[in-house]
Amino acid sequence: MAYKVEMRHITKIFGTLYANDDVTLQVKQGEIHALLGENGAGKSTLMSVLFGLYHPEQGDILIDGQPVVIKNPNDANRLGIGMVHQHFKLVDTFTVLDNIILGVEDTKNGIIQYDQAIKKLEHLIQTYKLHVDLKAYIKDITVGQQQRVEILKMLYRDADILIFDEPTAVLTPQEIHELMNIMRGFAKEGKTILLITHKLNEIKAVADICTVLRRGKKIGTVSVKDTSIETLAEMMVGREVSFSVDKPEINQGETIFKVEHLNVSGQGRHSVKDVSFEVHRGEILGIAGIDGNGQTELIHALTGLKPILSGQVSLMGSDITHLPIRKKYEIGMSHIPEDRQKHGVVMDFDLQSNLILQNYYQPQFQKHSFLKFDIIQDHANELINRFDIRSERGAKTIVRQMSGGNQQKAILGREISRNHELLIAVQPTRGLDVGAIEYIHSQLIAERNQQKAVLLISLELEEIMNLSDRILVMYEGEIVGELDPKKTTVNELGLYMSGAKRGDVHA
Amino acid sequence: MHEKKINMKDVIKNVGKVIYRGLKRAFIVMKPSLVAIGLGLLIGLMIMIIFDAGDAFPALGTLLIGGFNGGLRGIGNTLYQAAPIILTGLAVAFAFRTGLFNIGASGQMMMGAYVAIHIGVRYSLPGTLHWIVAFLAGMLAGAIWGLIPGLLKALSNVNEVVSSIMMNYIAGNLLIILIMRYVFNSSYSRSLNILRTAELPLLTSVFPGSTANIGIFIAIIVVVIAHIILHKTTLGFGLRASGFSMPGSKYAGMNTKANIITAMTLSGSFAGMAGAIAFLVVGKNIGTAFEIFPQGFDGISVALLGLGEPIGALFAGLFLANIRMGAFYMQRYSFVPQIIDMIIAVIVYVTAISSALQIVFKRYREQIKSWSKRIFKKKEGQ
Repeated sequence: MAYKVEMRHITKIFGTLYANDDVTLQVKQGEIHALLGENGAGKSTLMSVLFGLYHPEQGDILIDGQPVVIKNPNDANRLGIGMVHQHFKLVDTFTVLDNIILGVEDTKNGIIQYDQAIKKLEHLIQTYKLHVDLKAYIKDITVGQQQRVEILKMLYRDADILIFDEPTAVLTPQEIHELMNIMRGFAKEGKTILLITHKLNEIKAVADICTVLRRGKKIGTVSVKDTSIETLAEMMVGREVSFSVDKPEINQGETIFKVEHLNVSGQGRHSVKDVSFEVHRGEILGIAGIDGNGQTELIHALTGLKPILSGQVSLMGSDITHLPIRKKYEIGMSHIPEDRQKHGVVMDFDLQSNLILQNYYQPQFQKHSFLKFDIIQDHANELINRFDIRSERGAKTIVRQMSGGNQQKAILGREISRNHELLIAVQPTRGLDVGAIEYIHSQLIAERNQQKAVLLISLELEEIMNLSDRILVMYEGEIVGELDPKKTTVNELGLYMSGAKRGDVHA
Repeated sequence: MHEKKINMKDVIKNVGKVIYRGLKRAFIVMKPSLVAIGLGLLIGLMIMIIFDAGDAFPALGTLLIGGFNGGLRGIGNTLYQAAPIILTGLAVAFAFRTGLFNIGASGQMMMGAYVAIHIGVRYSLPGTLHWIVAFLAGMLAGAIWGLIPGLLKALSNVNEVVSSIMMNYIAGNLLIILIMRYVFNSSYSRSLNILRTAELPLLTSVFPGSTANIGIFIAIIVVVIAHIILHKTTLGFGLRASGFSMPGSKYAGMNTKANIITAMTLSGSFAGMAGAIAFLVVGKNIGTAFEIFPQGFDGISVALLGLGEPIGALFAGLFLANIRMGAFYMQRYSFVPQIIDMIIAVIVYVTAISSALQIVFKRYREQIKSWSKRIFKKKEGQ
């Protein structure tokens, strides 16, 4: 039997970089085929070639055994190929229905005919359990629902080859679970699924076959059933990867950071309600919770990005509740922000400028308010070496041109190397690959071992469980439980996170 | 001896390489502006051909030669015209680097011009001191006129585009009131001539018969200072960070509100200098008909063409002033100077969309590439 999708010897070059180097991919009908690789391994490039966004320098594409030329996404659509991009391509101010039919709408005398479309969509929603309100506006629905809209968009166009580009990066654990069920349903219906990811657990849970890419080259195609996670990781990274976090027992010291009865006004339903906790030296305090339960507001209030309504925050014994952000840094706060590209870096500045973003005014980097560029560059090179920040042009690289993982390493390096006693890390490994995650985790542990206080906020339960010495759970703006990671389970944590359980909080 | 010869060759080769690389980099940086100028001139030429095909080409030559048509006098007048638009261009570019669109350079320039004239007419100070005081006061007036929209933006988030346009109209009307009240020449219905001592030193010995004064040197010096502030100092670091990313600079602990106020004040002071330079010349007066100085809007063109950089504004200002002068000399043909405004408009349009244009060009290049590839393949197949 011919393969449903066959890509033969695809080579795609950007400048001097071989994004894909002689990659061959063969996918059978009804199969969930994972494409695994680190950031920049060429997974997205390969799928963009299949979807007609890029034109390969070499290689052929066959669909159902027939050679095809895919010049643009319209060609791909005609061949039944659909793609859910990592960053959704939706019009915020349109309804779900309008977004789905956009570009293929039926018209009669220039007026859009919705009836047929609604009928077809309702059928699709029923069949695949993709529940979403067709009349809702995109800006009002959750990210998980937006993804369903993207999936419906493909199905509405009768796609039977479905490409998912990092589909779980933005989802909560529950939503990930649902998405996997949906994918299994598609496969059962005979649709062919290509799943781009660097999350090994997901591949193990849902994929049949896995093709691994590394630095543009194909490393191999394996059956997921017969391959261990460790082997997959090794294929992906090119060396052995340790999954267990080595965390020695150490003594906790005095209280560094203290939050008392904090209230924050929120824009939407959620705000922070009467939150109190302490972080000690030599401790990682994890805050778990489903996205949108006040974590973002809490951190913004603590770090000064958002005003505090009432309550008190103190760092190293001094009241920092209403201090300007710069003063908080000077007293000893470091902050790895949730939205690294919005807050963490100035994307159009070069790397060396970004590495002194908070310190540029200090005597170390200026004299009579003239910047000391030699020292700034030396400082950058030191951090680049110490934290293995990779970029094309070193200290002078514009940060926008760096990969997400290296941007995060730059932020991490900057925040850790700055004088500080408290490190606030929010979603520090979001969207990163296994190698980078391993590295960042080890750095956070090292911080703790050096008797710093670490406040970790994450949506990844595993990360919270592995790293934290204590776990607080946030639900609808409140701390609803304090748990000991050694004594609790992911299930119990999940109950607290969903508001089904509340405990006594001593923090 | 032999060895030395080889070394010399190498040296020449290396120097050549460095120069070539420098030029290549400069070309890459300036490409959007050059493309814009080229397209603007091309469209201008087409318009001229429609009006009068015979004269179109010589007229285009005259346009490009610009002030040089008039010899030293023409060059001097070009420099006189260039100085204010370099400074208004700098005003717009500087604010732009901080993420602000200062569309009120006209108003700031007008206030600078009035205050300079006021001091030039009504006060009498010894020699050099007089023009220096008048110039600095003009600068200050512009700074205040820029500070107001800056404050509004920082304190209550009023869009600076709207408020600075409003400030233009306030300045335009205020100017008439102030002139009629304090420095009115009723027989000509315009401002009085300034005293000789208030006049900026002229360069008539170099450019005889022209109005050239040291304004051009002031403009160049100010451009260099602005460049240093932006790119070499901690102040500039903060301003540019705010310009690229407000949330990012807020996170970094910078005082973004202070940055907005500082940037608008400095921007206004540059435009204020433009006003002082343009009118601290005996015989240059402001009329009492309502008008918003066009140099402020030229500043937007200059800043765009100069890619939002101070040094870029310097060259763009000189270029614009030169072809403006060229338009004046073009009148010896059958063309009206308004044509130059059309050409400038096209240049500005093309600059504004130049990045989009480059994408279009790139797509065409790729298309041509893929066509040629397919043709090749077919031939191979046969």
